[in-house]
Order: sequence, then C-alpha cells, then structure tokens
Amino acid sequence: MDVLNALVVFANFVFVPGLAYGAQLALGALGVTLVYGILRFSNFAHGDTMAFGTMAAILVTWGLQSMGISFGPLPTALIALPFAIAATAALVLATDRGVYRFYRKVRAAPVILVIVSMGVMFVMNALTRFIIGVDEINFADGGRFIIAAREFKELTGLAEGLAIRTTQLITVVTAAVAVALLFWFLGNTRTGKSMRAYSDNEDLALLSGINPERVVAVTWIIVAALATTAGVLYGLDKSFKAFTYFQLLLPIFAAAIVGGLGSPLGAIAGGFLIAFSEVTVTYAWKRVLGYLLPEGLAPEGLVQLMSTDYKFAVSFAILVIVLLFRPTGLFRGKSV
Amino acid sequence: MRAPLLFAAVACLFVLTGEMQSWNVALAILNMALVSAIMAMGVNMQWGYAGLFNIGGMGFVALGGLAAVLVSMPPVPDAWAAGGLGVVAGLVLGALTVIAAIAVVRRMPAGRLRTVLLLAVLVVGFVLYRRVFDPAVSAVEAVTPAATGYLGGLGLPVLLAWPAGGLLAAGAAWLIGKTALGLRSDYLAIATLGISEIVIAILKNEDWLARGVKNVVGLPRPTGVPYEVELQRSAGFLDWAGRWGIDPVTASSIVVKLAYAGFFSVVLVGIVWLAERALNSPWGRMMRAIRDNEVAAEAMGKDVTARHLQVFVLGSAVIGIAGAMMTTLDGQLTPGTYQPLRFTFLVWVMVIVGGSGNNWGAVLGGFLIWWLWVMVEPIGLWLMQTVTSGMADGLVKDRLIDAAAHMRLFVMGLVLLFVLRFAPRGLIPER
Repeated sequence: MDVLNALVVFANFVFVPGLAYGAQLALGALGVTLVYGILRFSNFAHGDTMAFGTMAAILVTWGLQSMGISFGPLPTALIALPFAIAATAALVLATDRGVYRFYRKVRAAPVILVIVSMGVMFVMNALTRFIIGVDEINFADGGRFIIAAREFKELTGLAEGLAIRTTQLITVVTAAVAVALLFWFLGNTRTGKSMRAYSDNEDLALLSGINPERVVAVTWIIVAALATTAGVLYGLDKSFKAFTYFQLLLPIFAAAIVGGLGSPLGAIAGGFLIAFSEVTVTYAWKRVLGYLLPEGLAPEGLVQLMSTDYKFAVSFAILVIVLLFRPTGLFRGKSV
Repeated sequence: MRAPLLFAAVACLFVLTGEMQSWNVALAILNMALVSAIMAMGVNMQWGYAGLFNIGGMGFVALGGLAAVLVSMPPVPDAWAAGGLGVVAGLVLGALTVIAAIAVVRRMPAGRLRTVLLLAVLVVGFVLYRRVFDPAVSAVEAVTPAATGYLGGLGLPVLLAWPAGGLLAAGAAWLIGKTALGLRSDYLAIATLGISEIVIAILKNEDWLARGVKNVVGLPRPTGVPYEVELQRSAGFLDWAGRWGIDPVTASSIVVKLAYAGFFSVVLVGIVWLAERALNSPWGRMMRAIRDNEVAAEAMGKDVTARHLQVFVLGSAVIGIAGAMMTTLDGQLTPGTYQPLRFTFLVWVMVIVGGSGNNWGAVLGGFLIWWLWVMVEPIGLWLMQTVTSGMADGLVKDRLIDAAAHMRLFVMGLVLLFVLRFAPRGLIPER
C-alpha cells in the first residue's frame, strides 16, 4: 500500500506535471530546430513568436466567449487555435519577407541572422505588449479536472490523491497529434521530403529543382503552428504573461541543443529530458520517501535538491554536460 | 570628420533635453549613458574585436553590482558569529566537490569505475555541502532579518568596488569561457544567456549574500560625492546657489549628478584610452585577424582558443566595472530589476548601431541609444496624445495611450533592424 501511495504522490507531483511541461517544451524546441535545420540560424524571436500566437488565441477566445460559443468541457482556446495559427503564420511570413529574405539573398553569416532575430524579438515583444498589455491572463475555461484528488482517493481508497487537470491531458494529446502530423508530413509528403532534402544538402536540393523560397515559406508556416500550439498549451496549463514566454527561450534552446539542433526527434527527447530533470531536481521528495523508507529512516527535511527558483540552472547544467561530452547533441544534430 | 560630427549631434540631444525639459533629467540620462557606454565597450571588445557572441551581459552587470555591496557595506558581526564560518566552509566544500569531480574525470581512464566514482564524489560532496551550508545560512538569515539578515560587506570605500566588480565578472567569465569557448558561436550565446539567468537567480534567492529580493539599500557614496541633504544644510552652498539664482534643492541634486558624471567620465576616458591602445597594437591586429579568419590565424601559430578566452574575460570585466558603477550610482542593489532586454540586448543594440569593432562607435552608441531609450516614452506619449486628441474617449484611445509605454521596445527593434539592413557597419564603422 505504501508503495502505491508513493507512486501516486510521484505521479501527482512529478510525472504528470513533467509530462505536460515536457510536451510544451518539445513543441517549442521542434520550432527552434526546424528553423535551424532549414534557415540555419538560432531564432531568438521564438519565445516571442509563441507569445504572439498565444495572444492571438486569447483574443479569438474572448471573441468566441462573447458570442456565447464554448467547447463544452474543453477550453474554448482549442477552437481559437487554428485562427491564431493563421495570424501567427501571417506575421512570420511577413517578417521573413520584410527582414530575413534579404539576408538569405546576400548569404549573410548565420550569426548576423541571429542578431537580426534579436531585432525581430524586440518588435514582436512590443507588438504583443501593445495589443494585450503586460498583465497576467488566465484564459483556460471548461472543466478543470479529469479526475480530482478527492475523487481519486474515494475511487481507490488510497491515502494520497492523484489530480489530473484537463489542460494537462489536452497538452499531451495535442502535442502527440501535432508531432504525429509533423513526422507524417516530413516523411511522406513531397513538400516534407523536399524540406528534409534542403536541410541535408542545400546545393544538391537546389540542383534537383527544389524551390528554396517555397521550402522556407512552408517551414515558417509549420514553425508558426508549432509555436502557437506550444504557447497556447503552456498558457492553458499555467497562465499567459508576455515576459514568461521570453524566459522559456532558455529551456527550449537547451532542449533543442541537448537533442541535437536540426534533429526533430532530438528536440522531443530533449524537451522531455529537460522538463523531467527540472521537476525532479526542484521537487521536495519528503512525502515519497516517507512512504518508501522504513519508519525510522523517514527524512526530516524536505529532501529538495534545489529550490524551484533554480530551475534555469538545471536546464543549463544538462546543456553544459551534454555539450562537453557530446557536442552535437544526443541525436547527432548538424553543426554549422 | 564623421565621428566628431556625430558626437556633436548627440551632445546637442543632451543639451536640448537640458534646455527644454530640465538639466536634472539631462544629467540623470547622461550618467546612465556614461555607464551604458562602458557596457557597450565591453560587449564591443568581445563581439567587435573577436567575434564572440556573448548575450549574458546582464549577469556580468549584476556581478558588478554584487561587488559594490560586498565591498562597501559594513560587515554584520552578529551574522558572521552566527554562521559566517559555516557558510564559508560550505562553499569551500562545494568547490572541493566540483574540483574532485573534475579530477576524477581527467585523471582516470574512461570506464564503469570512473562513472561510479564520479557519482559517489558528487553525491557525498553534495550531501556534505548541504549539511554544513544549510544550517549556517538559516542562522545568518535569522539575524535581524528586517535590517540585515546577511553577512554584509567589507566596509571599504565604494570606489574599490569598481575594480572588484571587474574582477568578479572576470572570474565568472573565465569559468564560462573555459567550458563554452571553442564550441560553436550559438552555443556560447545560449551558455552565456543561461549563466546570466543563474546569476540573477542566485542574487534573488541567496539572502545571506546580498539580502535577495529584500534589496540592499543605502550603499555609501564615493568620497567626493556629497549628499543632497548636507549640501542643502551648508550655508556656503546656499549662498552660492542664491548667487546663481537656482533653487537650492535643484542645485544640490545637479551638483551630486555632476560629481558622479566626473567620476564616470574619468573611468570611461581611461577605458577608451586603454582600448584604443590595445586595438592599434599588434595584439589588436592579431584579434582582428583571428576574427576574420580563424583557420588562417591558427596556421600562423596563434592560439585561437586562448586569445578568445583572454578577450572574453577582458570584455566581461569591463561590463562588470560598469555594473558596479551603476549600483553605486543607484545606491542600492535590487536583483528584481535586472531584465535581459534592458541589460543584455539593449547593449547589443548600442554596439551594432554605434559600429562594432570601433571603440568610439560603441561609446557613441551607448550615449545615443540610452538617450533614445529614456526619451522614446515621453515622445511616444506626446505623439499618441496628439494623434488621439481628435478621437472620442473610449477603449481605442485608452489602448493607444497605454501603448506609448511599450514604444521603446518597438523603436529599439526597428532601429536595430534598419541599421543592420542599411548600415550594417554602424554609425562609425571600423577603420
């Protein structure tokens, strides 16, 4: 019984939150890694692209709510998602046309494009703040819990409860669907194959008649979709605040690099690795150990390895370790 | 001829602000502009001379600020008695653990034995460290938490904190450089971004060090910078202000700001002089050669990684000095106010706009962009009010006027994008 209780506590505070957070990071890292693979630069505006997409979703959600449309037990933001993706795609395509295309044409060094993306980051951040402000916004509606802690206790008769929030389940399911769609697209469609060809060997791809502008445009649309989805899921799970999205840049980049920049599979693995490490290291293990260890040995302290404020340090430490021992990442990404 | 004209134009901006708004405001902007120019010089050394992509400026600025507290604040004897030794012993244990772990990795052949030993060293070291460190920290933080609750500083003159800030930042940069230099440029960028966030997290959470988010206030001023209240009480000063016909309160505040501006100018001139000497010496030519073609420079027998480490440490030290100066100017350390957009990316805008690779460019960029950063908000507000003056009151009008507050990010982004597109070498290009 004690083992079961320990497992439930573990699932409630570590596994389920880590799974949801990992899915959000994985989606974000996929966007970063796609831009890196096809456009060959680290896009520092990615966090703010996510924020912009989420903002669009919130605005549409408010519009839908005022018209009295809802999605039953599911959050209205899910209906708003396609519209938000369209808006974000329009924005990034316009940015590409107005800003990035010039540097592609003159074949600027990747690091120049990184600095350019810093400028884009400033502008996108300002746009989001212009339109929706800087306040914290909670836009999750619909049912709060799939199963609440009390119901779980009554159902199983255990001393500990397991609560699964709707947003957590939606996050995992949506992320799984998005990833499945992406891999199907990259692996089975003509456009997807041409994207992979372009990423592997640009010159050879151009030689075989692949239109680079089309590949780039499709990439941006996919990146917008991934960024918006990741942003909306993160916002539903926690809340929306322009500044926190900027700070997500660090774990997202850590995930993409740890997995191997340019490798989609690596981005997903990296996302979960970073998320679970963050949650594990910053969780106070007192209750889990209390159930598992014999009576006399139960810990007195919280058994928390690091305070939650140091979660950046965790993603960073993993990043440094992987870079030192395997500089191309776990899944052998490319190294320009 | 171009550079002096541009400097004159920026000087005009400051004079205009002084004449049209107030000299108090203009001098306040000038003081931070001097500090920003030094920060920009530091980033320029790394990016402009050597092509190193450091986006962790905020961390080094904050380390400089920490140095200001550690050097100038009086020590707290009770806190030292309660747990000072324990804190120091804990930190030493932590450092020893890391050193032992590195020694295991370096000295032993790869294999299962090494992995097991490494894990054992880390786990035992961590447990010991927490055993010693945690109780000491609670003891220190329990000493009059409302007023102190930290170990305090050394009680030395605050001017010493400026070189100390440089040293602290240089030490951190050496550690980062040792691990991250030699990897790809993007990796260095992410590593520095991460370090800067960690530095801020440490400042916010380690109350025993610098009181965390409770802030350290009332840092002593450098000798030579008077306090406003004292000036207003001194008969000589009142007499002097009366002869000039200035209100004594305004006059005292202006005198204080001028005194700071004097100190800052000396530092800026010194750093510019040293940097110009360095850039025009064989060392500077070597740096540019490495930046422009690493492979060729290596073939000529230059140790690229060692030179990169050198310039990375130097540049970070300069940023650290600027950070200590800024905290001295503010008279307080407030970890909650360190934002990457303001202390990392804005400095980058200064360097790119001014002209990377050129010391004068970085200084000009510092002055111009800082002025713009401060003035965009009032100008934007005025613009929005003019635009919306014909509109009916309502949501749209409120929204537009609110939006003026976010004008600065927008303008900075546009300035950066336009300069990169149309004048990628900046206002004062590298010769």
